[in-house]
Amino acid sequence: MKTITDPAKTDNPVAAELGLRLYRQMVRIRLFEEQVNELYTRALMPGLAHLYIGEEAVAVGICEALKNTDYVTSTHRGHGHCLAKGATPDRMFAELLGKEAGYCRGKGGSMHIADPATGNLGANAIVGGSAGIATGAALTAKRLKTDQVAVCFFGEGALGQGVLYEVMNLASLYKLPVIYVCENNLYTEYTHFSETTAGDILLRGTAFGVHGESVDGQDVRAVHAVAQKLVGRARRGEGPSLLLSNTYRYTGHHVGDINREYYRSKQEEQEWKTKRDPIKNMGEWLAGQKLADRSALEKIESEVREEMKTAVEFAIAAPYPGVEEVDQDVYA
Amino acid sequence: MPETAIRELTFAQAVREALAEEMRRDPRVCIFGEDVAEAGTPFKVLSGLVEEFGSERVLDTPISEAGFTGMGVGAAMTGLRPVVDIMFGDFLTLTMDQLVNQAAKVHYMSGGTWKVPMVLRTTLGATRRSAAQHSQSLHAWLCHVPGLKVAMPSTPYDAKGLLKTAIRDDNPVIFFEDKMMYKQKGAVPAEDYTIPFGVADVKREGEDITLVATSSMVEVALGAAKLLEGAGISAEVVDPRTMWPLDEKTLVESAKKTSRAIVIDEGYGRYGVTGEIASVIAEGAFFNLEAPVKRMGAMHVPIPFSPPLEDLTVPTEQTVFDAARALCGQA
Repeated sequence: MKTITDPAKTDNPVAAELGLRLYRQMVRIRLFEEQVNELYTRALMPGLAHLYIGEEAVAVGICEALKNTDYVTSTHRGHGHCLAKGATPDRMFAELLGKEAGYCRGKGGSMHIADPATGNLGANAIVGGSAGIATGAALTAKRLKTDQVAVCFFGEGALGQGVLYEVMNLASLYKLPVIYVCENNLYTEYTHFSETTAGDILLRGTAFGVHGESVDGQDVRAVHAVAQKLVGRARRGEGPSLLLSNTYRYTGHHVGDINREYYRSKQEEQEWKTKRDPIKNMGEWLAGQKLADRSALEKIESEVREEMKTAVEFAIAAPYPGVEEVDQDVYA
Repeated sequence: MPETAIRELTFAQAVREALAEEMRRDPRVCIFGEDVAEAGTPFKVLSGLVEEFGSERVLDTPISEAGFTGMGVGAAMTGLRPVVDIMFGDFLTLTMDQLVNQAAKVHYMSGGTWKVPMVLRTTLGATRRSAAQHSQSLHAWLCHVPGLKVAMPSTPYDAKGLLKTAIRDDNPVIFFEDKMMYKQKGAVPAEDYTIPFGVADVKREGEDITLVATSSMVEVALGAAKLLEGAGISAEVVDPRTMWPLDEKTLVESAKKTSRAIVIDEGYGRYGVTGEIASVIAEGAFFNLEAPVKRMGAMHVPIPFSPPLEDLTVPTEQTVFDAARALCGQA
């Protein structure tokens, strides 16, 4: 097999370019999160972090269907959404370490990264807490006719929060351009979702007249395709939708959740990692379609590894905010 | 107050005029809440607005206080300037996450990048025979949260000027209106004016005792001051007008001048704003005080329905008069 490192030299340059971009974005999230875990293990990071490893295809598939000006709201497990929406790893790591160069001047931390420049309305540490914000952003888009779309990412744990259903009702009544993306990674903290979630998830949206779809959240191409469809609906004024993305959290609820056998087996984890890894599967598809070969994928990985290394070094070297910052920006 | 074009408006009319003028001035200003459009709210404060501004800008919502308050936060972050209507202050409990964890913290948590220029109007006040879930004055809860501003007008003039300031403010402002005051009349200029936050208003000058009063209690304090005058006691009535920011200087200066102070507020006396203001005065005017600073708030009971019981729960002209006389050594 000849070496293909340039998408333009493949038989289908458009598919190759998109495929490689999706692949690279997923690798960036994976390696970012591995660095986060490393920072935690080396006791360089204050507090905890909730890793997105295993779920990369959801954030990437959705965000690649959005414009920079479109809005997202994210969750406590939000690093993937932030990166996929365009945040840079250096300022993200700086935020995770509480440094002034971080997206929130170190005041937000892992669970609160926000960035107006990329339409990121903020990660939210209240489960379901951003549902109202995303819906309000969609209201603004409709009222001011800006053609923007808002995406509300939430985990299946948020299905237990009433406010989610209040805003679905509002969004449906007002036909707002908002997409509620439920990332069902099977575990609500340390509890299998089947123990906390009655009935059918998609039907909950259907009851409000919210268009529903489900997708294999390990297949980035499938997520991207359905995202394009739902974003198109929203932009055309056809109202809100609920996308159920079935995925899996490879690691614990947070970096300190090491011993997980009381709530799930190592065998289960292993099966997802070997058979349903979104990055591995996308790599194999790219190679199978002759859109990229092994060396092209390895090149991406080594470039991203270098990008993350440089970003971590930047964050470690960056200064903390001055003590005078503590009461700044309480009020605008 | 400007001399020209002073009319008498009710408190409700003053609120409506502030909203209408701000909506004409700035197309981003919009209203949402339950029965805000054709119904104009149960108190008829918003009557006529949907006819002028349309149902997109005066948006009726389902009975989903958390949902539409959250929507207000997101709308404010992205370019609208919503005025969210929460019919009864008691229903603030349903909006608490949206106000406390979202609206109040967005600006700080985002390192000063996102702003939430939202106003939430709601009501307070007992004695309307509405029982325990429609009569509370819960403003102290919001005063406790950094990132929120809290305004509590006591006259039609203050209502219009403070509401305009609230709408033009880039922060979340919680605006409390006494529902018993909507029909009260007062002078309101026709021209555009605003009242800055953090500036108390001396509603009546006096020499012997300072009555710090908020919202519904300003009328009560003014009535007590008249009674006190008959007893030979000259009372000064000071209205902070905004609980946060709080004009500590004016409060302390008045207490220093009179050497005695009572703080009167319709919220619960325990752990309420009266405790905070009394503490500000005690710290700032300690060496000038002739007596401990007294707090008067609602009794520590759920507001009862039965009229003779309900009337016992909040300060009145008579109870303020009695307390002031005692503090001046006349009891």
